[in-house]
Amino acid sequence: MSAPVLKLVAQRIAMGLLLLLAVSVLIFVGTQILPGDVAQSILGQSATPQALENLRRDMGLNDPAYVRYLRWLGGILTGDLGTALSTGQDIASSLKERLWNTLFLAFGAAVVSIPLAIMLGLLAVRYRNGVVDKLISGLGLASTSLPEFFTGYLLIYFVAVRLQWFPSVSTVYEGMPFGERLSAIALPVTVLTLVVLAHMMRMTRAAILNVMQSAYIETAELKGLSPFQIITRHAFPNAIAPIVNVVMLNLAFLVVGVVVVEVIFVYPGMGQYLVDHVAKRDVPVVQACGLIFAAVYISLNIIADIVAIVSNPRLRHPK
Amino acid sequence: MSKELDYLSRQVTRGHLSRRDFLGRAAALGVTTVFANSLLSSAARAEGPVKGGTLKAGMTGGASTDSLDPASWQSQVPYKFGRQWGEQLVEIQPDGKLNPKLAEEWGSSDDAKVWTFKIRKGVQFHDGKEMTPDDVVATIERHSDANSKSGALGILGGIENVKKDGDTVVFTLKEANADLPFLMDDYHLMIQPNGGKDNPTAGIGTGPYKVVTNQPGVRHIGEKFANYWDGDKRGHADQIEIIVINDATARTAALQSGQVHMINRVEPKIVDLVKRVPGVTIQNVAGKGHYVFIAHCNTAPFDNNDLRLALKYAMNREEMVKTILRGYGSLGNDIPINKAYPLFSDDIEQRTYDPDKAAFHFKKSGHDGPVLLRTSDVAFPGAVDAAQLYQQSAAKAGITIEVKREPGDGYFSEVWNKQPFSTSYWGGRPTQDQMYSTAYYSKADWNDTRFFNDKFDQLLITARGELDEGKRKQMYRDMAVILRDEGGVIVPMFNDFIDATSAKVGGWVPDGNQEMSGGYALSRCWLNA
Repeated sequence: MSAPVLKLVAQRIAMGLLLLLAVSVLIFVGTQILPGDVAQSILGQSATPQALENLRRDMGLNDPAYVRYLRWLGGILTGDLGTALSTGQDIASSLKERLWNTLFLAFGAAVVSIPLAIMLGLLAVRYRNGVVDKLISGLGLASTSLPEFFTGYLLIYFVAVRLQWFPSVSTVYEGMPFGERLSAIALPVTVLTLVVLAHMMRMTRAAILNVMQSAYIETAELKGLSPFQIITRHAFPNAIAPIVNVVMLNLAFLVVGVVVVEVIFVYPGMGQYLVDHVAKRDVPVVQACGLIFAAVYISLNIIADIVAIVSNPRLRHPK
Repeated sequence: MSKELDYLSRQVTRGHLSRRDFLGRAAALGVTTVFANSLLSSAARAEGPVKGGTLKAGMTGGASTDSLDPASWQSQVPYKFGRQWGEQLVEIQPDGKLNPKLAEEWGSSDDAKVWTFKIRKGVQFHDGKEMTPDDVVATIERHSDANSKSGALGILGGIENVKKDGDTVVFTLKEANADLPFLMDDYHLMIQPNGGKDNPTAGIGTGPYKVVTNQPGVRHIGEKFANYWDGDKRGHADQIEIIVINDATARTAALQSGQVHMINRVEPKIVDLVKRVPGVTIQNVAGKGHYVFIAHCNTAPFDNNDLRLALKYAMNREEMVKTILRGYGSLGNDIPINKAYPLFSDDIEQRTYDPDKAAFHFKKSGHDGPVLLRTSDVAFPGAVDAAQLYQQSAAKAGITIEVKREPGDGYFSEVWNKQPFSTSYWGGRPTQDQMYSTAYYSKADWNDTRFFNDKFDQLLITARGELDEGKRKQMYRDMAVILRDEGGVIVPMFNDFIDATSAKVGGWVPDGNQEMSGGYALSRCWLNA
């Protein structure tokens, strides 16, 4: 790799880290202005003032905000996410399984949806403006327009309750056989695929069609290549940057935005974990989850940027 | 006729017929509800428990923040799981009476200030150690310590000290309390080895199931404890499992698809749909939980009793039960007590919707302009709808109610017990004394209606030390009347607990002390062969 590319990549990564720091401040401030108080949320409506005061003192909630921020940031930099206020357990270890579950579900949905979306996109370009193209686009848009809880409930009713092919409750746990795990996530993966499919497919189609206007495509046509070869050999490689961009955006969504699907299918992922702790005002856990989500989002975007830089010949081979 | 009844009751036991339908048909045959109910329970006994299998419940009320430490329990799942692996000194029965559990018997001094509990012998903890009076003392000490974060700290405040005396444990109280044994049923007070002082989250108790898997917010699994002391009565399945399903639709789907055998909290608005699913039985029982509209008696304009009376008469209770609870509940009478409580007097006149009286008292109060009511969906299910219904019924009396919808987040720390007029709920307490001392005694932390009435306080304290039940009952009646006519609480309705079971579940006992058969469903029920 040449120096300008390396420099650009290094800049992107540095920007990403700076952004992450800014996000950490935002997260901290955000959690401070949540209404309610941690001690009250933990002890509930039936808490006595005495018990509340005891709990607040034990948790160090009486320190000023910036002290708590610096303490927290220092902990994270040394790899310590702290302990959950509500359960007293180490956050890193209890988060690990949830994060793994979330990544497993996201990975499952990505493995199905990304190849499918790109294939459908290529097909749509090949038969553009024909029946196939319109059918693919129409179905894709319809599945995206339906809210995910609706498709989720439809699938539960028909596939889980009526046909009983797959379970409606997708509880997974450590030590679960792999086959059972796959069967458990079948329905949520289907819903997520339906949600992200159209976006990626339409972007693939648009990006390739854009390239198809170029002079070199005309040349390829004139030298007698088949339409599909033109698309896969000449158009697709040049449309890769925008496609990777939208794929990464959707991957990020699959990791950070699936709480509704998790709730409907009772899937023990990060989203549910985060919501539980928001409800309990368990600030350290909320902050840790927020930071992990931000890190996933930012790094996937950095990857998309890097792919765009690397796949751009003008940047790879500067004059 | 009796043959038909026998047949019908067996059908219920096997889950082919719902309890409600059975009672309906029994009534058609000219049988009283009480007799029909007793037939049912004898049929359940005759059918006999089936041993073995894995009994699964899908429940709302669990989160990844739950812990096995009984002191921290607050929501449904951790403490319903706790009821299976832990036990208290006593246990409240479906009829409201106390049964011995880890205490064999108990008694008090004449002034109800010193209570002695004889502790059962030969009871084993799951780790193999024998449960001793020392463990009981340590448990009570842990929960009643002034620095404790236990949810039971409030109710144990009246204990001066607790000591072991041979086979017994002796409680000395600061002031007389005839209800002390009832307090010992509190779900936080699971007896743990050395009171849980060494390891509060160990999950070791004396119950019929021992904890094998505890994944907060996901699932909890218990395995039959071979050396359980009360083996025949509880713990029929080999294994029990609670799967946390907080989404109502997902919970119903899991029951329908057979992934779980029982679920809690069927929403009133879908009960009639769930009822039609083949094999599913709705298990509803009148409980002590109630929904409230609370006004602060010391804050203008609610410091005027005429205004409070106007607000009470403006409430259409029948409509509330019909619309908000879809009939799965009963009318409230502006007191937090109903017939589910021991020593309840059912001859207090029912307050009804009366726009004329409401208008009269409103005018007399001299208040002018709208009344601001704060509400939120978390106050109770349907609270916002209820507030709007109330707005309409009050409008007919010429009272303008302005409904302000507050965010659910932080409602119980920012609005309830802070703002002068809001909606809320109470889960009920085992005894009248506890309910009144928790929320209506002038010095109570959660005197959420700011009710300060000397006569009421005095009656409460006298009744607490009174061992004669007849006298106590009269005192509670007097208190109820004071609260009904002068208090700041409007109680439109008591909600039923609505659970549902699949055809595989046998041995369900209607128990209004808590949802899921008093919390004991998983160890009381069995899987039909």
